[in-house]
Amino acid sequence: MIASAFGVLFDGFAYGMLLFLLSVGLSVTLGMMNFVNLAHCSFAMLGGYVAVSVTNDLGWPFLVSLPVAFVAAAVASVAFERLLYRRLYRATDLDQCLLTIGIVFISVAVAAYVYGTIQQPLNVPSYLRGTISVMGQSVGVYRLFLIGVSLLVTLLLVATLEYTRFGAQVRAAVDNQRMARGLGINVDRVFAITFALGSGLAGLGGALAVEIVGLDHAFAFTYLVYVLIVVAVGGLGSIAGSFVAATLLGISDMAGKYYFPELGAFLIYFVMVTLLMWRPLGLFGRR
Amino acid sequence: MTSSAAAEPQRYLEAQIRWRPLEIAFWLATLLPFVLTPNYLLLASQIAITALFALSLDLILGYAGIVSLGHAAYFGFGSYTAGLIAKWGWGEPLTGLIIAAAAAGVLGYLTSFIIARFRHLALIMITLGLGLLLAEAANSASWLTGGADGLQGVRMWKLLGMFQFDLFGTTAYSYSLAVLFLLFLVARRVIHSPFGLALRGIRENAVRMPAIGAASPAHIRKVYTIAAVMAGVAGALLAQTTETVSLETLSFQRSADVLVILILGGAGRLYGGIVGAIIYMVARDQLSGINPQYWYFWIGTLLVAVVIFLPNGILGGLARLMPARRSPA
Repeated sequence: MIASAFGVLFDGFAYGMLLFLLSVGLSVTLGMMNFVNLAHCSFAMLGGYVAVSVTNDLGWPFLVSLPVAFVAAAVASVAFERLLYRRLYRATDLDQCLLTIGIVFISVAVAAYVYGTIQQPLNVPSYLRGTISVMGQSVGVYRLFLIGVSLLVTLLLVATLEYTRFGAQVRAAVDNQRMARGLGINVDRVFAITFALGSGLAGLGGALAVEIVGLDHAFAFTYLVYVLIVVAVGGLGSIAGSFVAATLLGISDMAGKYYFPELGAFLIYFVMVTLLMWRPLGLFGRR
Repeated sequence: MTSSAAAEPQRYLEAQIRWRPLEIAFWLATLLPFVLTPNYLLLASQIAITALFALSLDLILGYAGIVSLGHAAYFGFGSYTAGLIAKWGWGEPLTGLIIAAAAAGVLGYLTSFIIARFRHLALIMITLGLGLLLAEAANSASWLTGGADGLQGVRMWKLLGMFQFDLFGTTAYSYSLAVLFLLFLVARRVIHSPFGLALRGIRENAVRMPAIGAASPAHIRKVYTIAAVMAGVAGALLAQTTETVSLETLSFQRSADVLVILILGGAGRLYGGIVGAIIYMVARDQLSGINPQYWYFWIGTLLVAVVIFLPNGILGGLARLMPARRSPA
């Protein structure tokens, strides 16, 4: 079956938006504190499980479960930041990698313990199911919804960063942490808030991902590689970079799956390695 | 290390290379499984292979400071080379091992030109990407590798024409241990040479080394190739002793596991990888028997604890308990 080019582009873009939500928080925190947080997807997975639990077990509407997932992931991330991450801000990349990959291991095992190893079902309300026809092309309603939410989040993010005092502090801290401290900005506080927001967005992404890619206990591992690719290709601390990289990755992955299924994920890894060899700092990286 | 930095470099290196009683005792103790736990020789053989793999990662990570998330590429490449040679009708173990080592070395040498150009996150991502690329390629080329079913039909001849690879693993462990010891001697010689000192210099300050005239990229290429050869040998040993090769030898999981093993034991300590491999493999063998799914809970907890409480791994912690004795660095 040959899918239409439009269908591939649309599905790829929706997938890319999902990857953007999952990775933008990591990109900003990595750019600000140089803290390699491989457990970022664990917070996304937490968001996914919270959304599944409140809709299936408590019977809350799906649209309510999304902000709940956001808050749950944000609160959990604050706890981890206070207890563990804070000790390692000045440690080496390797130590940070290891601590956070340890957290990934633990989260995967805990998820398997609580929810088992099967795929979690999520009942999406009927008005988000099915397809509608846009300009003669049939598109999935849920994917349209996903794109809408992601674009809204992106707009909010950009507006916050560009036009608020807090956003200015974040930009200053990403550009030059020491100088920002010197000017009296409480970088630790700014960072803690950014970290919570970024993890919350990952949680939201995790909740939205259940319908598209499914959710099981290995989620934190499976999507870690994708998120890292987005961050590395987009460049640290760059929202625009993450956006472009996530879109590129989503579309090329989807195109690869439709047109060259025998190659598997070969294509995206190849694109990543080539891009990084051409620009080691990512497409939009500056340092 | 700092205390003797002012002393004559030559005398420092000579003092380092002397064998300590603890080291000799350690290597004698590796013979104990033959007597004490003859039913676990296959596990012991796996441990020796993992230890060799961890030792090869130690050369680049512990000494040259190159963080790699794709080291399994060379392990798997060696494994498939050795497996394919045996499958195509040449089951002689030693020549197969050498050919596999050479193949992994060539791959390591070619990729080292890429590796030497990058640092930090880009380096981590490129090693990860190269490893995933090779794994995907092996998955796609199922006519050659057997794909997800693994490589079947590997038949090994007798080792040295005398010793059959038996079910109990006596030959397998003797063979793996002998190869591990030989390559350990090589690694020990390498890191206690001026070249080894240059590597540590790169780890400590990558910018300063070229500034004082050291040919850092060439050093990185050299040590990366050596490490790739050793990883290839480890992979070939696994293929020859188990007479099968699976895609798992190339997986990200294996790259991550060996990193964890090395860090648990203590990176940059030569014995770190070996100690880490013993603890990790024995613990996995015991705990997986209880419940394989939750094995990762314990390994994760262990990792967090090591990073927070024992920044230099288990050997580093022991060395701190014995400040009077200098650990074999």
